[in-house]
Amino acid sequence: MLIGRVIGEVWATQKQASHEARKCLYVQPLNLDGSERGEPILALDAVDAGVGDRVLVATEGFSAMTAVGRPNSPIDMAVVGVVDEVEVVE
Amino acid sequence: MQLARVVGTVVATRKDPRLEGKKLLVVKTISPTGEDDGNYLVAVDTVGAGAGETVLIVQGGSARMAAECKDRPVDTAIIGVVDAVRLDEQPARVAATSSRK
Amino acid sequence: MYLGKVIGNVVCTMKNPVLEGKKILVVQPLDRAGKPKGKPVIGLDSVGAGAGETIYWCRGREASFVWYPTEVPTDCTIVAIVDRVNVKEKGTTDSHR
Repeated sequence: MLIGRVIGEVWATQKQASHEARKCLYVQPLNLDGSERGEPILALDAVDAGVGDRVLVATEGFSAMTAVGRPNSPIDMAVVGVVDEVEVVE
Repeated sequence: MQLARVVGTVVATRKDPRLEGKKLLVVKTISPTGEDDGNYLVAVDTVGAGAGETVLIVQGGSARMAAECKDRPVDTAIIGVVDAVRLDEQPARVAATSSRK
Repeated sequence: MYLGKVIGNVVCTMKNPVLEGKKILVVQPLDRAGKPKGKPVIGLDSVGAGAGETIYWCRGREASFVWYPTEVPTDCTIVAIVDRVNVKEKGTTDSHR
């Protein structure tokens, strides 16, 4: 899983049925120091996260599909947690 | 599988119910000689690892093969605490600089 | 999933029989500003996307689940045509953590 910041939402009318009624969040992956890492990714929402939230993103199919309750569907990433705190000791 | 070092923890109250009760640790992937390669991951702990320890992680669908992670949304799991890494032509490097109390 | 723009298509006569009748598109990944970033990828279409449209695609084994339980040899499938992307501007402060 990786830590990211929700920076936006994506709207699509024409899409796979399995993506319907699920928020599609635009998530910027972060480094441990909070700086941005690479390009943003799209993840379906499983925990009612919103713009500005720091979130946990599952980047593996089964985890993502079952988190949003759509098994055997084309979903490769999902937001599975809202991060309260990250404690780094070193 | 990959070697990594535990550097911290993640706390999330609102999360997938199947992640409840699971310890989420921040790990930095390292080379066999112990150098940090700049990458980090959030992993589910299945072995009781602690900060500072060198651990073995699995990524992708295999992470769910660990008993505690079966049918849970887990893409990275800690499946072992490394005692030592021995490379050819080098004395054994004691991996675990444990800070566990 | 990733944001991209359809920039072309690929025609193959000789292909895996399962791919017959499926549109193969060339997709340019986009960055946060909507500008091209990185190398184009080739993906199967599942929503009727066409050149010039902004789409998002699914990568990996999951990409073939569009046609589940048929096993389609794809690692990139276009799964939606994007109407709108609302992005928080870079550098603006968060209202909450």
